[in-house]
Parts: sequence; structure tokens; C-alpha cells
Amino acid sequence: MTALGVAAAVNAGERTARSVAEDYLDRISKGDGEIGAFNLVLAEEALADADRIDAAVGRGEPVGPLAGVPVALKDNLCTRGIPTTCSSRMLEGWRPPYSATVVQRLRAAGAVIVGKTNLDEFAMGSSTENSAFGPTRNPHDTSRVPGGSSGGSAAAVAAGFAALALGSDTGGSIRQPAALCGVVGMKPTYGRVSRYGLVALASSLDQIGPFGTNVADAAACYEAIAGHDPLDSTSIDQPVEPVGKALTDGVEGLRVGVVAELCGGRPQEAHLAGTDGSAASGVEGVAGDVLSRVQDAAEALEQAGAEVRTVSVPSAVLGLSAYYLIAPAEASSNLARYDGVRYGLRVDAANAAEMNVNTRTAGFGAEVKRRIMLGTYALSAGYYDAFYGKALRARTLMLQEFATVYEDVDVLLCPTAPTTAFELGAKTADPLLMYLNDVCTIPSNLTGHPAISVPFGRGDDGLPVGVQVMGPALSERLIFRVAAALERTAPGDGSTP
Amino acid sequence: MSGTPEREGTLADGWELVVGLEVHVELSTATKLFCGCANRFGDEPNTNVCPVCLGLPGSLPVVNAAAVDFAMRLGRALGCEVRPAVFARKNYFYPDMPKDYQISQYDQPTNTDGCLELPDGDVVGIERAHIEEDTGKTTHVGGGGRIHDADHALVDYNRAGVPLVEIVSRPDIRGAEQARTYVRELRAILLAIGVSDARMEEGSMRVDANVSVRPVGSNELRTRCEIKNLSSLRSLGRAIAFEAHRHVDLWSGGERPRQETRHWDEAGGRTTPGRSKEDAEDYRYFQDPDLVPLAPSADQVAAIDAALPVLPAARRAALLAAGAGAVSASDAALLVERDQDALVRTAVAMGADPGLTATRVSNDLAVDDWSRVTPDGLAALIGLEASGQITATQAKQVLAEMVEAGDDPASIAERRGFQAMAGDDLAATVDRVIAGNPDEWQRFCSGDDTDRKKLSGFFIGQVMRSTRGRADGAAVNRLLQEKAGG
Repeated sequence: MTALGVAAAVNAGERTARSVAEDYLDRISKGDGEIGAFNLVLAEEALADADRIDAAVGRGEPVGPLAGVPVALKDNLCTRGIPTTCSSRMLEGWRPPYSATVVQRLRAAGAVIVGKTNLDEFAMGSSTENSAFGPTRNPHDTSRVPGGSSGGSAAAVAAGFAALALGSDTGGSIRQPAALCGVVGMKPTYGRVSRYGLVALASSLDQIGPFGTNVADAAACYEAIAGHDPLDSTSIDQPVEPVGKALTDGVEGLRVGVVAELCGGRPQEAHLAGTDGSAASGVEGVAGDVLSRVQDAAEALEQAGAEVRTVSVPSAVLGLSAYYLIAPAEASSNLARYDGVRYGLRVDAANAAEMNVNTRTAGFGAEVKRRIMLGTYALSAGYYDAFYGKALRARTLMLQEFATVYEDVDVLLCPTAPTTAFELGAKTADPLLMYLNDVCTIPSNLTGHPAISVPFGRGDDGLPVGVQVMGPALSERLIFRVAAALERTAPGDGSTP
Repeated sequence: MSGTPEREGTLADGWELVVGLEVHVELSTATKLFCGCANRFGDEPNTNVCPVCLGLPGSLPVVNAAAVDFAMRLGRALGCEVRPAVFARKNYFYPDMPKDYQISQYDQPTNTDGCLELPDGDVVGIERAHIEEDTGKTTHVGGGGRIHDADHALVDYNRAGVPLVEIVSRPDIRGAEQARTYVRELRAILLAIGVSDARMEEGSMRVDANVSVRPVGSNELRTRCEIKNLSSLRSLGRAIAFEAHRHVDLWSGGERPRQETRHWDEAGGRTTPGRSKEDAEDYRYFQDPDLVPLAPSADQVAAIDAALPVLPAARRAALLAAGAGAVSASDAALLVERDQDALVRTAVAMGADPGLTATRVSNDLAVDDWSRVTPDGLAALIGLEASGQITATQAKQVLAEMVEAGDDPASIAERRGFQAMAGDDLAATVDRVIAGNPDEWQRFCSGDDTDRKKLSGFFIGQVMRSTRGRADGAAVNRLLQEKAGG
């Protein structure tokens, strides 16, 4: 049953929220031992919430558009009184005294929170292998990773442990795992969803977004969490356009650009077929089967009445380098507060400075330390201009080029991830290889634009492939609409494993 | 000579002192800079805290518009240009800093390029006045109780996130006393515009001094030392004087000071070395991505300008102008500081003698509550004294009674039987005193100016004693000079 189906049934009194919660909790208890999607299952809380909703339904009170819908939260979203770990030893035992704005909004919409999901430590990674609590496995093939860093949320939705989930996306951390797990994942425009209560990785890039088994569910979840929040200064103070009703509008007359540089091809090449993936002007390493699905998707949109062309955004290839300076720089500052003084882990020593060093040495994993060092270096006196400053200029250039492209097309199309889900351990020895997972998703974070990954067929290995639809700022309604059109024409047997 | 504890006084010949001050001022907004917690001194530790000012994971800052308004008000009062500004993070680890970075302003501060005019007319340039958040407060307890030998430290985060403005002067200050005057003047402005209570002893105003010396006539800026931990005006003056002499001694001995932070040791009367430039922290400033740039509109700045009260410098100038040369600069400064300038100006406008009015009020109205003294009462009092109807001593007593009871001076003088001894009575009394002190009179008549000045004081005192204060000192002096043939 879809999330919207659950909500409709609960609202109509056809199903109790309790019975829905029990179904999902039952699937979790039977299946999550193998998958490892959850850091914490909130069975008691979920049943209590479900009972409250049922009681409200019984009294004839409005219970919200997501009434009784089981939702999983990435474990970097603060939940009042409930451990929030970021899958790090550093936050062991910490219970936030407040809930994130998105959590409050989901509850207000009637959602039932079933648990906190695993992630790469502090959202740094693309496979959910960098978790202090062990990896999450891909429900489609448990020898494979679910992607990351929101791998737990993606896997939870793919495995039917939750009807919806929230993730956070700093460089692709919602869309890439959505693609690898065969679900829908969406990153809203920067500022469209409040970051208040999201434990920060890179503040200028972080954005919370939904996972769903289908586009309509993800859209409903997005509508529930989006909107201005006075607690987040970067929150956009504009009304949220409802997206649900636009989903069936189709793509007739829409102009769709296929980004050559993100499809491993040269910009001057008219079509995707025949690109070898090694062209110097495009990103490397996008697999042939993934490119084929993107081409299928482009053709499907064309058949549905869209006008499809290949477009060029030369600076898109700078994204990865710029990202790996900006994101670690901000992270090095954001993660400074884990010093052992006020909360979480403390490893004692003779004085505060040594305690600080001991705590951070013990509390952070290797990838977190690597990025803190990278970021500290990038911001250092004498290096700022060459690294952080240059990355900011690349970001500005990218914004200008995307703005130019959006004068000619309405949305852009490209792969979400370069490959289907890979084996656990396949890329852990080579950080750069791991970073390449985000090459197609990073540009939207740097520009702040919205983007969505929607399942579209399978790769040669039979695993799901996601295609990405990107749009200009605040074009959520448009990209959901295109994603819905793709979903209607997607080949194969749907998304569930 | 280096290492000698405290030494006051002027610099050795040929050396000039160069001082720039960095003054941190806590703004007296109701709430903190980035959250809604109360901004209040003296509460139970860690009671005015929330996720934001504790820097809890996931919390975000939202700027307090009132704090920005206060900061801009201060900027305009200092003649600064108010500019679009961005907040930056200053990164360093310290336990009393919740996020281990301080939100401040770096290359784009709110206020730049102002100046502060001192009462003597000297002008000190203001480089910038930027907004930042305060840190928590650490108390070291147990063991020896000092940082290096304490058992543990307690941190109070009530102060964390309190809005500060850091006012950075240009190195235009040329003396320890001038530095003190600068701080006093800045404090007067802060109080006048109502943005801070500016109490050094409570830490709501904190001063660091950058000190260097150079040969007189040179324009160079030599190696400076930054002195911290200056908790009073007295410490500020002593520390600058000490540090200046230390630098002169070093340069004169063929050495050079190290660029470093130094701490003022109040008990020892000396500065002690802290962090040097070589091991100074790299703060890795970058724009805070959690906050949006501040973009004050021209209308906003115009509204601030329109609401600014008349500032101390303008008030002093107005008073001096009203005094037409008869009011001294130091009286004017004092009267403005005590908020008595309007009283004096109004009395003068009513015809009171300006010099006498300023002197009487500055010397004899140093009380907290002088609300019963009205300008016309004051003008009447000065009229009685100036016309010789009552003596200076009597005028002081009448003024004291006006403070208490608020009556008009004529009835007070009448009730007390005050009236100046005049004419023949006074001359006879003076003759009697001269006769009783022949040696002193001899010396008065034959001595030089200094002797004469000293002895006229003696004779006036004697006359006052024998008339129980009813004589007018100036009149006595006139008689003495006449009789001595001078």
C-alpha cells in the first residue's frame, strides 16, 4: 500500500493507524536484522502515536494528510528525548532537548515515526559503510550497498519498513541511495525545507528531502515538510506551491535538456548513444547500462510530447572538486563543537585541550577525520584563496551556466548515480572512487536547485537504475511532474525488491 | 631597566607612544544575538540558555534585529559608514565557546571609518565597529584555582551569545591618559545613545590595548603588543605606561619587542608575555552559511540618524559656546558627563554669569539627585553671588539647601541671615587681620607673585574665619591688593 493509500484509509476509518504501524513494525522486526536500516526502532512510540491518531479519527477530528503513515527518519534529524546519533560514537547517549522542524511538521501531518535510520557517519559517505554501527545492506541484493549517506532511509522504504522516509542531501545523499535502492528520492530547493534540527554537515549545501516508493508519495511528504521556518535564517519566505495535483499534467510541450557533461559525453555530440564515458569534457565513469536507461527516459519523455535536446553545462565537471573543498571546509567548522565539553562522548585527560584531542580521536571515524583535515586545510591562512576561494568561484560560475541553460530548457535530465548498487567493500579503500558516486548529483547542491531521482528500469545486473530530473530554483512542482511522467512509462516490475 | 615593575610618567625624550584600543561592549538588548534567551547579567549560571546559544547539534542562529539596530546606532554615533555586512565564523577551540567558533564579522563589518572626538578636541579614528557574539564564562575551581593548577573548570553559558560590538580604533592615541579619556568618552556616547550600560567592572565593557612606541617625528608603526585583561581605567593607564617604557627600554638597548599578546598583572604592576605572533591561532574565517547578509537600507540608516540624541561632543561645544570663553573645557566635559550641561546653559541664557555658573555647578552640585535645582533658581543664586549680595561660601550653602528643599535662593539666604559683608565693615575686618599678622603682611607686600598668591589665600582664610564666611573672597583679595599697593 502506498503512503497516500494508508493516509486515505486511515482518514476514512477503513484502517486503523495501529494496524498499519503493527504491519510495518512486524516487517522491521522480521527483516531489519538482515538489512540494518535502523539505528533505533521506536515501536512503543509509534504504537502510541498510532493510537492517538485512531482516537482522533474516532472523535471525527482532522488527522492530517499523512495520517497513520509510517515514516523513518535519518538519524541526523533531532528528535526530542530520543537518541540522535549521526551514526557516530561521538553522539552516543545524547538525547536532543528539541525536535527538528521537519519532525514537528510530519507529526502535525499525522505521520507515525517508526525509527531512526542508519547513515554514513555525520552524512559523510556514499554507501552507508562509514557508520559506527555497521553498514546497511541493499534490499535488492544484500551483498550490495544501499548508497549513502541516507542509505538507511532508502533501504527502509525499499524494504517496506516505512512508507516514507526523510533523508538529508548535501551532495546527493538522498538521490543516490534512492537510485541504488529503486525508490524515489528528492532534494528540494535550498531553503525550501527548514534545516532547523538537522545536524549540519555543510550548511550551505544541506537540504532535507523525502523518500517514497512512488512520486506521489514523495510529493505528499515534501508538501508536509516544506515551507518557511523563522528558526532557519536561510529558509525561503514564500508560499509552497502544491505539487500533488500537477503530477498527472504530463510533459507535453516541456523542453527537456540532457546534460552532456553528466552523461559522460561531449557536449557537441547530438545524442547519448555511442558515448564512451571517457570524454575529457564530461565526467568519467558513468556506466553504459545507466546511460542507456537515461536515453530510454529521454525517449519516453519525447514520446510523451516533450521536446528533448542535448545541452552543455561545461562547469558541471568542476562540481566534484568544488564540492570536496566547500563541504569539508564547512564541515570542519560545523563539527568543531564535538569537543567533549557539553554532550556526547568525553575521553578524559589532564586538561581541556588534551581531553578535546582524545575525545575527537576516539569519537570520529576515518572519513570524518579525513574531511575535517581537508576542510581545515582549505580554509587555512595562505591557502584560502587557492582552495576555498577558488571553489566558491567555481560555484558561482556553475550557477551562471545553469541559469543560462534554463533560459532554453525547463528541466534537465541525467543519471543520478554512475552505476547501480556496488558490492560492500568495493570502494572503501579508495575515497576518490567513492566520491565519484556523487558526480551527477553534486551540481544541484552547489546551485541550490531542486532535483529528484526516479527509478527507471534496471541495469545489466538486474539492479535498479535511477534517472535524475533537475530544475531551476523553486521548480519543485515541475520536476515532480516530469518524474511522475517518467514513472508512468518506466519499464519493468516497479520498484519493490 | 626592563623588568622593573610599574612605572608611571612620560616617555624618555625622543620617543612617542602609539596606542590603538579594541573595546568590546555588550549591547543591552532584551535578548541574545541569535536566540530568544534573556540577555541578563548576574542570573543563576546556565539558566538563560537554549539549543541555539548552547550550540547544540542541529540548532541554527537567527539574528536579533534589535542588536543590529543598536550596533548601527553606535556606528552612526561614531560617525561610521553603515554598510551591508556579512557574518563570519572565527574558528578556534575553547570550552566556553559552545560551537567552538564565534560568529563575528570579518572583512565586511557593519560599521567602518568613523571617529571619536575627545573633549580636548583631539580626534581618534575608528577603523571599524563590528557585531559579534560573546562567549560563556569559565571559572577554574579546586587545586590552586588558577587556569594551570585548577582541579576542574565550570562554564556558565548565560553570557554565550550576548551581543557585542567591538570598536577598533586607529593607532591615533598618544598617551596613557588620552587612552583613558578615549574610553571615558566612548562610554559617555554609549550611555547617551542607550545601547549599553558599559560597566568595566561587570565586564560589559572590556578594553584591549595595542601599544608600540616610535621616535618622535616618525610615522612608522613599530612592533606592537596587545595587552589584555584590563578591567578598569586605572589598569588601562598603568598598563599602557608600563608597556611603553618596556618598549623604549628594549629599543634603546638595541633589542626589539616581540609581537605578542601580553596580560596585565594588576598586583605586580606589569605586563607578562602571552601568545606570540608565531603561535597565534589561524582563525580560518569564512562567511557563516547559516546566516544571510545584513543589508541596511538608506531609510533605516536615516531613521537611526534622526533618532540619535545630541552627543557629548556637541553638548560640550554648545556649552562652551554659551559660555563665550568663560567656561573651561574641563568644566564643560564634567557637566556633560553629569548631564548638567542643559541646566547651566539655560541658567546662562537667563542671564547668569557663565563662568561662575559653570564653576558653582561643577564644584558644588556633585550629587546624584539635583532634580529640585531649576535653571531659574540657579540663575537667581548666581545673580546673588555675582552681585556680591552673598559670598561664595554662602552661595554653596544656599545651593546645598536648594538640592534638599528646592526653595528659591533669595528666601533661603534671607532665612539664614546670609548677606555678604560689604563696604566699610569688610575693610575694617581686613585691617584687623593685617594688624594681627604683621610678619605675613610684610612678606605679602615684599614677596614675589608666588608668595603673594599663597599669602592672599592665608589672609582670605583669616578674614573668612573671623566673619564666619560672610566675606566675599574676591572682594577681600581686591582690598589686600589695594592696601599692598599692587
